[in-house]
Amino acid sequence: MNNIPLYLREIPQVYYLYLATALFTIGVIGVLVRRNALIIFMCIELMLNAVNLLLASFAAYRNDAAGQVFVFFIMAVAAAEVAVGLAIIVMIHRTTRSVDVGLLKSLKW
Amino acid sequence: MADKLFYFLAFVTIISALLVVFSKNPVHSVLYLILTFFSISGQYILLNAQFLAVVNIIVYAGAIMVLFLFVIMFLNMRTAAEEARKRNALIQIAGVISGSLLLLVIGSAFVKVDISKHAAPAKALNTQIGMVENLGIELFTNFLVPFELASVLFIAAMVGAVLLAKREAGESNSF
Repeated sequence: MNNIPLYLREIPQVYYLYLATALFTIGVIGVLVRRNALIIFMCIELMLNAVNLLLASFAAYRNDAAGQVFVFFIMAVAAAEVAVGLAIIVMIHRTTRSVDVGLLKSLKW
Repeated sequence: MADKLFYFLAFVTIISALLVVFSKNPVHSVLYLILTFFSISGQYILLNAQFLAVVNIIVYAGAIMVLFLFVIMFLNMRTAAEEARKRNALIQIAGVISGSLLLLVIGSAFVKVDISKHAAPAKALNTQIGMVENLGIELFTNFLVPFELASVLFIAAMVGAVLLAKREAGESNSF
C-alpha cells in the first residue's frame, strides 16, 4: 500500500474496474439498441474510453507508465478510425439518403 | 476528499453516458458525450495522468466530437430520422437484457477475484508518472516502433478517408 500516492489510498482499485465495466456495458447496450449509425459510432467511442480509463487506473495503481502510453495509442487509433468511419457513413447517406443501419441489408439472401 | 471527488465524477460519467445512449436528438447525444469526456478527463487528473487528461480533451472532445457534429450538420439529421421505421420493442428489450447480462458476468467476476492479491508486484512509487517528460521517455525508448507505425496508420487513414468521400465522375450530384 505504500506504493500508491496518498490520495489514491482512499479509493480501492475495484471502484475503477466497476466504473469502466459500467461504461463499457452502457456502450454495448447503445450499439445493440440504437439504429442510427452515428449514435452507434458514438457508443463505440464510449467503449474505447471505458478501456482507456481502466488502463490509466492500472498505470496509477501499479506505477507503470506503459498503461498511459497504451492509452495514448488507443486515442491515436480512435482518431484515425473516426475519420474513416465518418467517411463511410457520409458515403452511405449519399446512396441511401438515410443513416438507419436497418436499411443496409442488400447483402442478405 | 479524493473519494468524494471520485464519486461525483463517476456519477456524472454514468448519467451522461446513459443520456448519450437514450437521447432522441443526435446533437444532444454528442453534447452528452462531450460531457462524458470531460468527466473522464477529471478522472485522469485524479489518477495522476495529467498529460492524458489534456490530450483527452484536445483529441476526443475537441477534434473527434467536432467531426461528429460536422457530419450531423452536414447530413441535416432531424429527430424523426430514426423514427421513420417502426421500432421493434422486442429487439431493444433484448439488447438491454444482453448488455445487463454482460455487466452482471464481468461484475461478478470482479467480486470474486481480489486483484491486488493476484497481480504482479507494483513498481516503486513514481510521482512523476503522468508528466510529459516521463511519458516522453517511456514512449521514445520502449514504444518507439508502435509510435512510428502510428504515423503509417495516420497516412493510411487520411488517404482512405479522402478516397472514400470523394465524388466520382458519373455519380448523381443530388444531396
